[in-house]
Amino acid sequence: MHELLELLESDPSLTVEQMATMLDKPKAEIAAELKRLESEKIIVKFQTVVDWEKVGIDRVSAIIEVKITPQREVGFDAIAERIYRFPEVRNLYLMSGAFDLMVMVEGKNLKEVSRFVSTKLSTIDGVLSTTTHFMLKMYKEAGVILDDKEEDHRLAVSP
Amino acid sequence: MSWAERISPQVQTLPPSGIRRFFDIVAEMKGVVSLGVGEPDFVTPWHIRESCVYGLQRGYTAYTSNFGLLELRQEITNLFTHKFGVSYDPRREALITVGVSEALDLAMRAILSPGDEVLIPIPSYVSYTACVSLAGGIPVTVPTLMENEFRVTVSQLEALVTPRTKALLIGYPNNPTGAIMPREELEAIAAFAEKHDLIVISDEIYGDLTYSGTHTCFSSLPGMRERTILLNGFSKAYAMTGWRIGYALSNPDFIAAMNKIHQYTMLCAPVTGQIAAIEALINGQHSMEKMVREYNGRRRLMVEGFRKIGLNCFEPKGAFYIFPSIKETGMTSLAFAEELLKQEKVAIVPGDAFGESGEGFVRCSYASSTANLTEALTRIGRFIQQFR
Repeated sequence: MHELLELLESDPSLTVEQMATMLDKPKAEIAAELKRLESEKIIVKFQTVVDWEKVGIDRVSAIIEVKITPQREVGFDAIAERIYRFPEVRNLYLMSGAFDLMVMVEGKNLKEVSRFVSTKLSTIDGVLSTTTHFMLKMYKEAGVILDDKEEDHRLAVSP
Repeated sequence: MSWAERISPQVQTLPPSGIRRFFDIVAEMKGVVSLGVGEPDFVTPWHIRESCVYGLQRGYTAYTSNFGLLELRQEITNLFTHKFGVSYDPRREALITVGVSEALDLAMRAILSPGDEVLIPIPSYVSYTACVSLAGGIPVTVPTLMENEFRVTVSQLEALVTPRTKALLIGYPNNPTGAIMPREELEAIAAFAEKHDLIVISDEIYGDLTYSGTHTCFSSLPGMRERTILLNGFSKAYAMTGWRIGYALSNPDFIAAMNKIHQYTMLCAPVTGQIAAIEALINGQHSMEKMVREYNGRRRLMVEGFRKIGLNCFEPKGAFYIFPSIKETGMTSLAFAEELLKQEKVAIVPGDAFGESGEGFVRCSYASSTANLTEALTRIGRFIQQFR
């Protein structure tokens, strides 16, 4: 299973047949395993990493440090859920250290993101404070270097 | 008298590498899918490159000991103790070289007298016979057969051994066939070497790229440590071809003799590469294993691909090459490779570049992305149709 996941992580475009050959397993077994991994949410989602800037579509991203008051029985989870349900929120993590939640928000422009923070995020019950950092440049996303200058410098034929 | 005539007869008569000849043709073309590359398609893992940068920042720009950095030699000998159970003294029995290529040349020059014969199973890496010739020796090639999974047998060696035979030069896992030698068969070879009192030069550069069972280090076989010159390096397993770092392990006499030549002709291997190699040994296991798993997947893809195309092909067990037979087409390897390049723009290497018994085969490297491999297989399949 590990090997199958590793293959998919590096190249999700492989066909079931190719994966079966590469792992030396019957096709049916791979197909069944894929189904199981997806239904158990081990494979969460197949997603495409897009560099929107290259398409000419401007987007603004911000990382927001949020301090909250944990609630009885549910701790941080209830507030976290209220936050991550917003489609503007791309990532959300519970952190150790000076703040509690790290929220990554995406919007069309500065105004949109600011509005989200001031009207939606900071008004949630239990949110004590927010500190917003706007992102200036994205170098690497989901393990992928966006503008990778590394090329294949090998000779076409070598011993 | 022309300049050409003034070149030493030994070099004049040395045939140029068959690969180089083919390279010149490929270099002219565009849109080629190349399965002709004899090196990893991975770039050296970042932590290894980064350690070299850090080394430069700290001012590592000077000569090292002729033998190479002691720390690197220690890491190497530790590895052999733990992995293969064979111990070497890092101070007297290890030499860092400019790739295995230099180590091979040094070994030959250190042990051969004019007229000494060296047994070399073929098909094999292009430098083997040339290095023997340049050192004044006589390469005696031993053709291995696809029917026997390209393994060399004692009976084949017995048929060619003479009183002038000084050494046996083997390279398994093999470039170009992908053959490996199981432990039992290496033990038989060891007994043969002992019987005829031969030196064994074992080039194990592809040792980590073994996909069936585990690699047996020749010098770890009982009684073989002293008579073996073990060659290995970082190029293939750690994707470090351009760094040019290899090494030789052997008894103190052989290492001292090789070092004598090395100190006059090379002085030392580049310090930058040596620093990177230390990092590769200390922290590179994980990235190396990941690359090996990936090669293994592609290997199976290639075997299955050629099986579907219907080309007769031995299943390689090591390195990153597959060596199908193209005899059914009635063409020579070179004609096949040239025609395939012309019609379908797929570059492969004619098998005879690796010795005359490679005629009728072609070497395809799977050190390439799955997308490239799939495309190449489609094109080769289409190309083959015209011969049926």
